[in-house]
Amino acid sequence: MTAEDRESFRLGVRQGIPFGAVGFVISLSFGVLATEAGFTALQAIVVAGLVFAGSAQFASLSIVAGGGGIPAALAAATLMNSRFLAMGIALAPSLPGRAVTRAAQGQTVVDSSWALASRGDGTFDRWRLFGTTLPQYVSWLAGTVVGAYAGDLIGDPERLGLDALFPVFFVAILLAELKRPGARTVALVGAAIALALVPWTPPGIPILAASVAALLGLVMPDAPSESAPEVTT
Amino acid sequence: MNLSTNEVWLLIAGLILMTALVKAAGPVFVGGRELPQPFMRVVSFAAPPLLTALVVTSVLADGRRLAVGADTVGVLVGGLLLVCRVPLVVSAVAAVVVTATLRAFL
Repeated sequence: MTAEDRESFRLGVRQGIPFGAVGFVISLSFGVLATEAGFTALQAIVVAGLVFAGSAQFASLSIVAGGGGIPAALAAATLMNSRFLAMGIALAPSLPGRAVTRAAQGQTVVDSSWALASRGDGTFDRWRLFGTTLPQYVSWLAGTVVGAYAGDLIGDPERLGLDALFPVFFVAILLAELKRPGARTVALVGAAIALALVPWTPPGIPILAASVAALLGLVMPDAPSESAPEVTT
Repeated sequence: MNLSTNEVWLLIAGLILMTALVKAAGPVFVGGRELPQPFMRVVSFAAPPLLTALVVTSVLADGRRLAVGADTVGVLVGGLLLVCRVPLVVSAVAAVVVTATLRAFL
């Protein structure tokens, strides 16, 4: 780890903290909803600590809470997670080491860290990625612990409006990305694809399909890739 | 929920395995080498559509139905604050307050 890597890591940790703060409350609502649905507190905590993927956790929980079975819940979670396949392929050339090491490094990807670690030229700063993920992992785990044990005190997360946190979290990451020339067009096309598919496909598929819009990158004018996107925190 | 505690553990094991495999696939199969320029161009544009799709589906989709609710308004307010460079934590609190208030009165 060079001095530059350490600097990237520190910068990542700083940028990850506000996302971690919001993630704490999102994860807290997961803890409340999961125990309400019939998970034990330990089960909710194990999910947060070892799955650590918000959209997949909520997708599978809403299916089993509604009476659905394990195959449907797993399929929904995998579809929500399928975007990590696209992210992992994008990230891959920037990860050094043997296959096992690369696989381990790939586990640290969450949406915000992946987007913030992008240098804008197709390469990624992996230490910034690790740094941004770290505070979010800690707060994600802590949030579920609190939610799982204090659910009765907290009440219905939806009545409290906590479901608004998840999208706002992604808007914050998105705004940093949109500064690049051409990014808005690609984003709008992605949104249109996703919304058009909602009535016709299971949840998760519209999001994965939206990534097809990235093919427009082939015809976009050259991006002046001076630095990684900055985010207001 | 129709699952027993043991079945929930089975579900959790499946979730852990699937998530780890999906996250490992890219780095294992295409890792550690330079990829052609067109590929890198496409990759550099992957985040905006994925993130926008996540936002619009979580705000406007209710299962397979398109629906506007209190959270749509709350997220809109939070998003506008973010555009005006209000910090994330403050914007998030505003979104929650607007959503909860609308739900209480509608």
